[in-house]
Amino acid sequence: MPCAVTATRLPDRTESARVRVRAGIRRGAPFGLAVFLIAVSYGVLARPVMGTVAPVVMSIVVFSGSAQFGSLAILAAGGGVGAAIAAGVLLNARYLAMGLALAPSLRGRALSRAAFAMTVVDASWASASAGDGTFDPWYMVGVTVPQYPGWVLGTVIGVLAGKALGNPQALGLDALFPAFFVALLFEEARGRRKRAAAAGGAGIALALTPVAPAGLPILAAAAAAIVASRMRP
Amino acid sequence: MSAVWITVVALALATAALKLAGPLMLGGREVPPVAMSIVELLAAALLAALVVVETFGQGRSLTLDARVLGVAFAAIALLRRASITVAVLGAAVVTAVARALF
Repeated sequence: MPCAVTATRLPDRTESARVRVRAGIRRGAPFGLAVFLIAVSYGVLARPVMGTVAPVVMSIVVFSGSAQFGSLAILAAGGGVGAAIAAGVLLNARYLAMGLALAPSLRGRALSRAAFAMTVVDASWASASAGDGTFDPWYMVGVTVPQYPGWVLGTVIGVLAGKALGNPQALGLDALFPAFFVALLFEEARGRRKRAAAAGGAGIALALTPVAPAGLPILAAAAAAIVASRMRP
Repeated sequence: MSAVWITVVALALATAALKLAGPLMLGGREVPPVAMSIVELLAAALLAALVVVETFGQGRSLTLDARVLGVAFAAIALLRRASITVAVLGAAVVTAVARALF
């Protein structure tokens, strides 16, 4: 196993917010680098379709690889605005589930809960999961910290240096995204029920990809969590 | 507003709404144990789905290409306790080399 059980990776909850954010930043640094490179490939691919400014603005205000790549693919294929937005919303619909999961761990006023909620990205949400259904919000913020500048800066470099970099696929950049999720999955899928949920989620996504619109296969994979929750631990 | 900008604005608003809905509606409240036991397993299910879609997906079809070798490298590297950086960057290198060779 790459490291100890998920719960021990998180700092103690009695530590100060500052200590927990710092621990998160250390944890998020390698994700920041990976996200930077993924964003470069996004910038390269987006430039011919969206121009130079819109991809950068989108990385600043949307900050979501799956929705940005998904909507770009549809705009590039001439699929229309409605289809591009629908794909992006479906691809990000998992944030609704992730937000519902996070909610009980967020205390305090609505404004502070909203601020924490906006820092959710896949890597930080999964990393901040204690494995028992609770989350460490400050640690989550820390894991997101290296990824935001990485994502925005990578997009800027991608749109500006696109021609010099050539085809992102020739550089293997399209393998960064799935490899990134494999790394997250390795840390997450511990124990029989979690492995069953992962296997079920993968199976559902594979089965639905040829027949359902982009995003829906990922969202439907949540059903595997419901089924696996009925198993004995 | 052009099609591109409408997409940017709409997805910024929609993403924020999706992220905010749960924490604003039921922040800090206790949820039933049944719901928590599902939530515990949600990350594993969603991450596994993202892995297969990003590895085998090609629009609305499934395909086997050089990405598979890169992702397999990442999985083996992680099993052998490599760092996340080595696993992820190695996946890109393996994929690029495979594409150059075949």
